[in-house]
Amino acid sequence: MTAMIKVSRLNKWYGKFQVLKEIDLSVERGERLVICGPSGSGKSTLIRCLNRLEDYQEGSIAINGEVLDGGIRQMRRLRRTVGMVFQHFNLFPHLNIMENLTLGPIWVNKLARAEAEDKARTYLARVGISEQKDKYPGQLSGGQQQRVAIARALCMDCDILLFDEPTSALDPEMIKEVLEVMIELAEDSNITMLCVTHEMGFARQVADRVIFMDRGQIMEIAPPEAFFTRPKHPRAKAFLSRILYNDGREHKTSPPT
Amino acid sequence: MTEKPVVDYLPARAPPIGTTGLPGFLHKQLFSSVTSTLLTLACLALFALILPPLVHWTLLDATWHGASSADCHEGGACWIFIKARLSQFFYGFYPQDQRWRVNLVFLLIVPAFLLAVVSSRKGLRTFFVLAAMLAMPVISWVTLRGGGFGLSEVPTNQWGGMMLTMVVSSVGILFSLPCGILLALGRTSDMPVIRLIAVVFIEIWRGVPLITILFMASVMLPLFLPPAITVDNLVRALIGVAFFASAYMAEVIRGGLQGLSRGQYEAADSIGLGYWMKMRFIILPQALKTMIPAITNTYVGLFKETTLVSIIGLYDFLGIVHSASQDPAWLGRGMEGYAFCALVYFLICYGMSRASYQVEARFSSERRK
Repeated sequence: MTAMIKVSRLNKWYGKFQVLKEIDLSVERGERLVICGPSGSGKSTLIRCLNRLEDYQEGSIAINGEVLDGGIRQMRRLRRTVGMVFQHFNLFPHLNIMENLTLGPIWVNKLARAEAEDKARTYLARVGISEQKDKYPGQLSGGQQQRVAIARALCMDCDILLFDEPTSALDPEMIKEVLEVMIELAEDSNITMLCVTHEMGFARQVADRVIFMDRGQIMEIAPPEAFFTRPKHPRAKAFLSRILYNDGREHKTSPPT
Repeated sequence: MTEKPVVDYLPARAPPIGTTGLPGFLHKQLFSSVTSTLLTLACLALFALILPPLVHWTLLDATWHGASSADCHEGGACWIFIKARLSQFFYGFYPQDQRWRVNLVFLLIVPAFLLAVVSSRKGLRTFFVLAAMLAMPVISWVTLRGGGFGLSEVPTNQWGGMMLTMVVSSVGILFSLPCGILLALGRTSDMPVIRLIAVVFIEIWRGVPLITILFMASVMLPLFLPPAITVDNLVRALIGVAFFASAYMAEVIRGGLQGLSRGQYEAADSIGLGYWMKMRFIILPQALKTMIPAITNTYVGLFKETTLVSIIGLYDFLGIVHSASQDPAWLGRGMEGYAFCALVYFLICYGMSRASYQVEARFSSERRK
């Protein structure tokens, strides 16, 4: 069986600055990956390359066996398989929640309106905000907006869902509601999830593997338990000691040595 | 497990006396300090100086009834002039017995415009907007120009007055929005050739004064075209005005496009919308909404700039008022003419401005943010 995502020798530059270096990564269908690392390590750039929001100069990416060639048609087809949830939600402020959710299914997936609305209602219920469907994004809290954004991606029936720091723009009391939705999604669906986050509790609970990136390189790939208790790479150790000690929710982890 | 904490909220009090209502307004806005008191008094003095003569000239000492300039009183405005020439101001030299055609077009345009602005259902509104934008120019042109459908031909050199001003400015207004949108999209496009074409077009038309464009359209263009092809003088001016307005509009809309966060583009991309769908559903609705004040500004400016067509021998509203005041029978009545002209221009521009508030208010109530 082919890998859901296969990245080989990916290199990317912003001008002369190299943001991604020799990235090799293979993700199986249904796998949940958490990507962490210090800011500027290229983790967001990596997942943004996967749905071609970013271009890259060298290497190849194959989604479900199909190698990306940069063509517009392929790109649009690909984006129906790969959904994305952004740090700043990026809901469409001039459309109400229902319209936000049905726009893609109706115009891209060519669903009938009634069908698209049914689907939207199903996913809104799943993320727990059915009663908000007629409101506008500006009327919702940050946590609710992010849950709508997750529902919007799910409505496209994607196989892969990319999360780009989904909780870092949220007020602390709203992080939990979004994480709960993501955990439920990880446990009750077989969507392949790649999640850039610093929520280590989430990583421990749902991740199959944790990827640690630093300065554009993948430094370590390990199961979460092994990564948190016995990080191999010195940079990973330093990183973990910083975020785990600063984060009050993580007392269970034994301090890295 | 613990007792409910007792919270003592302070009761709300009435605001201090003299801070609300008329006394509050007087105190805060007009007499809050020595300087502002002096300024208030100075302004009152200025009003006292200017207002009485103005009221006397325009109203109290003005002549309202009579037939010729012999009936005009000294010292006041002579509105007989306006009354006598009113129909010319509006219809220009359009043949008397054909003026119903102008009225008909007017009667068609006004409801179409009002319905487009006022109708509350989205689908209905789109229908009216499209009807107004696509069908109206053709219907109006055929009706006004004639030469078919049993209508006698009225050459465009007989068009004039407010009717001509309306024709020129509505062509500018109607064409500039769609053309401006396309040019703005071109200028922000990823494709270098398209971007270059848009940039060159915009910069050339925007970098040349409208007067020059009109001159070139009326004088120089015929030199380049083969003699067999003759294009109506008015049509040439209309094309010039439309392109000129489009170039301005393009830059206004580009401002709106750039004001949107990149996240909106990325979100639209991430759900697989193609370029045109992304623009139609996500980008343009938001960009145009924020740009309504600037678009109105361009429209009002364009409406007033149409007076420049008088430079190529077209008698627009201002031009015809001006020429009427040169008439020996009404010598020295220029002031009344220009005052009337200013009033009419102001009313129309103010109307446009109110209409744009209406549109803005409806957009924000649809969004209720």
